[in-house]
Amino acid sequence: MRSKNLFLAFVLVAVLALPMSVKAQDGGERPLIGAWDTCADPTNLSGDVKVGLAFAQSEAAAIYGVSQQQAAELAIAEINESGYLGGATLVAVTEDAGSTPETAISAFTNLVGEDVSAIIGPTLSNQAMAADPVAFGTERQDAGDPLVPVIGVSNTRTGMETDFATSYGDGGNYFRRVSLPESKVIPGTVAQVVDILGIETVGIMYSDNDQFTASAYDVFVSALEELGVDVVATETFATGDVDFTSQLTNIIAADPDAIVVSALAAEIVPLLEQARSQLGYEGPIIGGNGFNAPGIASEDKGAGTDANGVIVGGAWNVARQNEISTAFTTKYEEEYGTPADQFAVQAYTGTWVVATAIRCADSADPADVLEALAATADFETPLGTFSFDEDGLPEHEPVAQIIKDGQYLLLTEESAAEVFGN
Amino acid sequence: MPVSIDFPISKLKSFGVTALVLIGIGLLAYELPDILGKQVLNPEQHVTTVIWTGSVYSLFALGYALVFSILGVLNLSHSAVFMWGGYIGVMSVIRYDIPIYYTLPLAMLGGGLIGVAVDLVAFAPLRRRNAPRISQLISSLGASAVLVSLAQLEFGTSPERFPRTELKKLPYEATKAREYTVNSLGLDFRITPLQIAIIVIAFALMFLLQYLVARTRTGKAMRVVAFNQKVAGLLSISVGGIFRLTFFLAGALAGAAGVLYALAYPSLTPFTGDEMALKGLTVIVLGGLGSIRGAVLGGILVAAFEVYATAIGYSWLKDALPFVALFLILLFRPQGLLGEANVKRA
Repeated sequence: MRSKNLFLAFVLVAVLALPMSVKAQDGGERPLIGAWDTCADPTNLSGDVKVGLAFAQSEAAAIYGVSQQQAAELAIAEINESGYLGGATLVAVTEDAGSTPETAISAFTNLVGEDVSAIIGPTLSNQAMAADPVAFGTERQDAGDPLVPVIGVSNTRTGMETDFATSYGDGGNYFRRVSLPESKVIPGTVAQVVDILGIETVGIMYSDNDQFTASAYDVFVSALEELGVDVVATETFATGDVDFTSQLTNIIAADPDAIVVSALAAEIVPLLEQARSQLGYEGPIIGGNGFNAPGIASEDKGAGTDANGVIVGGAWNVARQNEISTAFTTKYEEEYGTPADQFAVQAYTGTWVVATAIRCADSADPADVLEALAATADFETPLGTFSFDEDGLPEHEPVAQIIKDGQYLLLTEESAAEVFGN
Repeated sequence: MPVSIDFPISKLKSFGVTALVLIGIGLLAYELPDILGKQVLNPEQHVTTVIWTGSVYSLFALGYALVFSILGVLNLSHSAVFMWGGYIGVMSVIRYDIPIYYTLPLAMLGGGLIGVAVDLVAFAPLRRRNAPRISQLISSLGASAVLVSLAQLEFGTSPERFPRTELKKLPYEATKAREYTVNSLGLDFRITPLQIAIIVIAFALMFLLQYLVARTRTGKAMRVVAFNQKVAGLLSISVGGIFRLTFFLAGALAGAAGVLYALAYPSLTPFTGDEMALKGLTVIVLGGLGSIRGAVLGGILVAAFEVYATAIGYSWLKDALPFVALFLILLFRPQGLLGEANVKRA
């Protein structure tokens, strides 16, 4: 009697499992993103293909890193469920890259020891400058170890490609990024602000002890110069500072049409509150990429309405989504309960770009992956149509945004008038 | 080791030194921009910033001064207690919906208890073994690391703050600055009611401590212990009790400073104390180790140096200038502005 029941149970399970296995063999539901047709299904890949994830899970940059990690994990789950890599499974090897160059170096050292096919991360540009060479720098080249491609998804410092190429020769080519450098985002943003708001003078504040914010400052200055905008005051501060009132006092006293700020997320909230609530500045504040951090304008933990009138260039805006982006943001919110931000979208895109390179190379060998990576062109992503240009720089259309009541609106004459009331 | 507690020099002399220092700095501050060909825009706003940030620095540094004056050793975990004070305040609002008004006494109580715990774990066992002061210093550094790690574990590393929605419930739109103009003097500055409250609370606590130490029996007992523990024992003063009271008071001051800091700045992290530690140490060395009034003067001076560097257009010098002053003080007056050199007194 008992063995009969067991047999029936076995048959039942087998019958139920049949359609599932058929579906799995078919590759499951096919996501909207992916080079499904341009690259054939891989035939040489099998077993585990390891990819390193090195985002900031602790300290100040965790404000970006946590959503990056979540988005990358979501992409990897999609890639595996859809059978994008044929018989192979993409496995994430995760290391907390912290928020300093030292912690990122430690994470990268561990990841290259794991024989990963590529590394995605780290979160900050200054971390990348220090840690990326662990994967492709002189030490690895001299030892004859395979160089590992590194894909930045939020490194926006200008000139990283040329700096790496100068220092590490061909090894420098192993650095790629999907995040637009400030040199591609800022000039367009500033031009739109000048055009829409008629700005003639600005005061600039920037953190001078961080490579990312300092390089953004340089780009701002040259963009402003090109547009004939006068810089009437320049003030610096250090990453980690919390009081900016004396710098802001100087800048506001110089009476500029707008204030330009290049800072990391942790400094932005106190800076905005001090400028608006304490010192009464009501004009536009034009920010670098740090202003894209989630929560900057939230009413509880962020600067709330003090962030109104902040203008920031970005790679992506919730108000300008394609269907791939909409599918991702919906799924992300369902999975994690919070809306996806630009950093999540970029990390998702970066993970798919890497997976696509592995698929198109039909190999997990880092050198083959790099070759396929460099050839990425016209790849449809949540950021838009994505390519690497002839200099290895990422290309897709940037977007200028203005913050109003916690929302990042597209910058237009109407949205600007809505915020500044004229 | 200077184990004097306040009044290290006569009242008159300390007021004299304070006045001279302030006048000297004032004159220098007034003339320097001309010499450098710079212009200070809106100086009264800068002075406002000095007063209110300086009051928080002073309050924080008092804890260092208090412990040093009684035990003759620096408690390097003081900055971690300060950070915990901030978290106790912020988290009691976020997690338990406690009104902001109660966060100050809560953080003072919490900070005080953490201070006592630090004494019991990091200082008392070493004192019993007559361990050298350097051991106690290192032990307090260890206690600091533990407290920071615990905060990381409990609160994470993303910046926390008093919710804006709660701050907005404070009366008089406390976070919104008012513009004050004194036409006859040509002054024009902005300050928030919250900043005024921070200044008042900080100075009130400093005066209370001064009163406690200088005018009460407990304060006298503290001064006897600071002078000589054996003499204190002969006078039936509970030396251990005074030590614990000292740590409680220092912790309570750190807790209060932590809450005021969190009210002022929306970016509390487990590492917030690290930067304040450096400022606090500069404050007490500038003012005079172990001197309450010295800590108050030192706090205002450190804030003044920071703000002034920016005001004259050298914001990159902001963090360095207090240390230049510190260096000069160590060179020419190692006991600090209001400290006294190596004289033991009750």
